[in-house]
Parts: sequence; C-alpha cells; structure tokens
Amino acid sequence: MASLVSHPDEVRVVSKRFGQGATNIDRYLQLDGYKAVQKALAMQPDAIINEVKNSGLRGRGGAGFSTGMKWSFVPKQSAKPKYVLCNGDESEPGTCKDRLIFEHDPHSVIEGVMIAAIAVGSHTGYIYIRGEYRYLSIIMQKAIKDAYAKGFLGKNIFGSGYDLDIYWHGGAGAYEVGEESALMESLEGKRGIPRIRPPFPAVVGLWGGPTVINNAETLAAVPHIMLGGAEWYAGLGTPKNGGTRLFCLAGNLNKPGVYELPMGYNLKKMIYEVGGGIPIGRNLKAVVPGGSSTPVLLPEEIDVPMDFDSVAKAGSMLGSGGVVVLDDSNCIVKFALRTMKFYRHESCGWCIPCREGTDWLEKTLKRFHAGGGVKKDIDNIYYLAENMLGKTFCPLGDAAAMPTMAFVKKFRKEFEDHLEGRPCPFERTGVLERLPVFA
Amino acid sequence: MLTHYPTKRSVLVPTLLYAQDEIGSLTDEVIAELAQRLDLTELEVRNVISYYSMLTTKPRGKYNVQVCTNIACMLVGGEELLGHCKKKLGIGHKGTTPDGLFTLEEVECIGACSWAPAIQVNYDFHENLTVEKMDRVLDEYKKKGTQ
Repeated sequence: MASLVSHPDEVRVVSKRFGQGATNIDRYLQLDGYKAVQKALAMQPDAIINEVKNSGLRGRGGAGFSTGMKWSFVPKQSAKPKYVLCNGDESEPGTCKDRLIFEHDPHSVIEGVMIAAIAVGSHTGYIYIRGEYRYLSIIMQKAIKDAYAKGFLGKNIFGSGYDLDIYWHGGAGAYEVGEESALMESLEGKRGIPRIRPPFPAVVGLWGGPTVINNAETLAAVPHIMLGGAEWYAGLGTPKNGGTRLFCLAGNLNKPGVYELPMGYNLKKMIYEVGGGIPIGRNLKAVVPGGSSTPVLLPEEIDVPMDFDSVAKAGSMLGSGGVVVLDDSNCIVKFALRTMKFYRHESCGWCIPCREGTDWLEKTLKRFHAGGGVKKDIDNIYYLAENMLGKTFCPLGDAAAMPTMAFVKKFRKEFEDHLEGRPCPFERTGVLERLPVFA
Repeated sequence: MLTHYPTKRSVLVPTLLYAQDEIGSLTDEVIAELAQRLDLTELEVRNVISYYSMLTTKPRGKYNVQVCTNIACMLVGGEELLGHCKKKLGIGHKGTTPDGLFTLEEVECIGACSWAPAIQVNYDFHENLTVEKMDRVLDEYKKKGTQ
C-alpha cells in the first residue's frame, strides 16, 4: 500500500513497529504489545493521568491540547456512561500519518483507547475511521476481533474484573467531522454539525456522557509512554512539547514521506535534509507547516523548531504534521484559491461567517486569479478573513481565515501582479513537462 | 452493529455507505427501508445523506475514479492529472461514461499527500502517479470491468 521511508534522524516511537507485521496480534504481543494496558490496569486512574500529563503529550490532531489535562476534565462520578472516542477522520490536507498507524500498528491505537478508558473510568470506546480508509477499517475490525478473541476486550479483560468494549465506526466523507464535536454528531448518526462549547466533550459528550476524544496518533503514543515512562517521552522533545511526532513531508520535495522526528526538530533541516530539498534546481517559495489550516511560512521564516509553542510564536501552528512545501513555480494566489475551495466545500453550513465567508473568499479569489481583480479586492479579502476569525461556531472558519490573511500579508506583491487583467505570471505552460505527473 | 450503540440511529452513516456499496447508489427503496428499520423519517435519512460527500442518490459507474486536486497533489500535478482523465474518459466531474464503467470525481484530500499525485478508484488507492501510470490503471479497470 503506502510505502515507508526512513531517515537517520528519525526517533521511532509511534512508528517503531511499522513494517514488522504488527497487525498480527501475536506479532504485536511479541513486540511488547498489550503490556502497557496491563500496567495501567494495576495503577490508580489518577496515576495514569499524571503520567500522561507529565509526558508532555499534546494532541497530534492539530490543536495540541495537553492530553493528560483533557483526560483529567472527565468527572469521577457520572450518571451517564463515559466514552473514549478515537478520532481517525484524518482529512486535513497535507496529512497522511494516521493512515500509516492504522495500516501498520492498529493494536497500538486499540491499546491507547483502552488505557484512556481505564484512566477515566469508561467501559466503551469507539475508533472512528474516515470512510475513504476502507482497507484500514477492515484491518482495524480484524484487530479488534482478535483482541476480543484473546480476552483483551469484552468482559473481565485480562482477568482484571474490568469490562471494556471497543467498536469500529466508519465515516462517509466529511472534513468537518474531524472536529471533535462534529465527530460526536456523526457517530450519533447525524449531519456533522459541531456543538456549542461549553459544555466540552469531557463533561458532556456522546449521548450526553463524558467523552474523551483524541487523535489516533495521540492514542498510539500512550502505550509507549506507559512503558517508557513520562520522563523519557518528555525528554525526547522540547520543554512542554514532549515526545516525537509523525511529520508528513509533501509537495515539491525530493524525498516526500512520513517521518517520525522529535518535537522541536528544525523545519529548515526537515525540508532540506530529511525531505531532500527542492527538486529540479528550483527554489523554496513557501511552506505550509501543519496542514492547510496553518498560516504559510516564508523561506526566511523556516529556521524554526517544529513544536507547538515555537511555531505558534512564529505566527503559525504545528497543526496536524502536514508539511507542504511549495517551490517557486507555483502561484500563491492559485494556492490560496484552492485552499478556499476546500474550506467552502467542507463548511458544514451552520454558521453565517463560515458558510458565507468561505464562499465569498473562493468566489473573489477565483475572479481575482482569472484576471478580474481590482486593487480593493486585496484588502477586502484580508478584511473578510479577519472578520471571520474567532466569530465562527467552530475552528473551520479560523482554518480558512488565518491562512488567507497570511497569504495576503506575506505575498501582497504577487496578488498585485494579477491586477489589471494581467494573466497569472505562473501559468503552467512550459512548466508542465517538469511536473512529476508527466514523468 | 446495532448493539454497539445506545441509539439505533448511530449505525446510519456507516450503514448508508455499506448499502451504497452493495446497490450502487442510495435508491428510494433503500432509504425507505433504512428509515423504517432505524425508526427515522425518510427526510431525516436524506438530510444525513446530503451532508456526506461519499454518499449519492444518483447511480454511478462501476468504478468511481476520484482524483485529488487538493494542495499537496496540486503541487505535483493533480489538476493536470484530472484534466488528462477528463480527456481520456470523455467525461467531466461527476460524469459517467456511456458504457457505465467509469465515473470521474474531483475530490478533496484523500490522505495520500506524501505519495502524491494520488487517486482512489472506489476504495483502492493508486499513488505516485504519472500520466502513463494513470493510463495503465484505467486500462486495467477497463479490462476488469468488461470481462
């Protein structure tokens, strides 16, 4: 299926078992599988939560919220059942990492869900996988079945007296459903419209019960933390940004691929050494550091450690790990347009600023790129995006607005070059032959 | 699957996709049946269908060729690949070939960014594509489909 790559700078935690047949449960057991959950069963739930807190693990889906802290928000007592929900709806453009975890190490996700459940007192977990990942759903369903067959799931798991069920659930094509409250709506069999927060899922979630929602990679890291210890995991990264993460290098690069690197690894090094630099002698024009929702960085801004806090300080976000690299044959206006087309398509339509804002941005950018733009458009695009920011019902509006503002701010000249009916200076005649697709 | 959730409704989305896989599209009969089994109105079921991009009430070709043109694929020729498919198959976005073999769809990110340009045909991924590879993929499906 999807091919694996490697680089000496990699620190393999979540990807430790990739390529070793760990979908087979007996092989997984050989490779230290299901040891972490047994350790967790013997611990106090608070001790598990503290371990995860101290590891510095932060959400790998994009928001980077402290995982341990999220788990600690689940109330000890609850009239309604508690749930753990694995977010496997990976749809952020540029991101293709959870796919590899599901393909090569599905049991680590199951084990992560189990440890989360034990930590918060839940007896039911769901692993939600996007509809397009059908072959991965089949792998996951088999893995769950095998875990049940060995008594690792179901009643009295590992003879501990604890009951725990985990079920697979499939999506059917929707980016917004990756947003945690929309994910819950989708799992409940509805349109993926997000919910108002507060209350947050940890307090009021699935069918009203406290629900922990974590990205697949986040959950896959948990068993490794339990076995290796919080201090070890934290030490792999930078202060307050513990561990490693899967980075998906994509775009105009010589060696695209998914690489597991320590948190804080330098972006410039990532592009030129791990990713092999820009092909065909072209130059770097821009980098989208963490999926399409993250503001673009200029070549002079890429000397930044890739952890949540450092990238935030640089004016962008670590995001989902999708590092998309643009060379100088690309038109930023066209890139911005394609990005807005995506958000407009994926907007759930519930709230006005997002529904109308993404549509208006796409239409304006389309007209603008085709040569029908006027000078006022440039400021209007920025102004419109700025007014979407923070005013939408869920972060999809921000995900559309922030990148747009960055494109205009950092590439204003390029926008101006499209004015007065001038054709796009990057129209791809002559560059066609050099696209990999024509190799 | 119904026993996995506290409400019947929860099985709706994955069940709709499975039903569509089997029948080809979500026909009025399927919708009526599902609604009845899950204690929902047909309108509620149709509301859900219209939200999810993989679900369709219109018949499609045997092979749904989904070409990603989102950012990572676009940078390495995804749009050009789509253009090539449109020309080769003679259809546009969401069109179906007259022999009923192929439907073509321009899709959003399918999660193959590091192996771009990439497509899905039904659920199968085809990655690291070139125009030549694309032609071979389509020819193989054509052979398979006309056997």
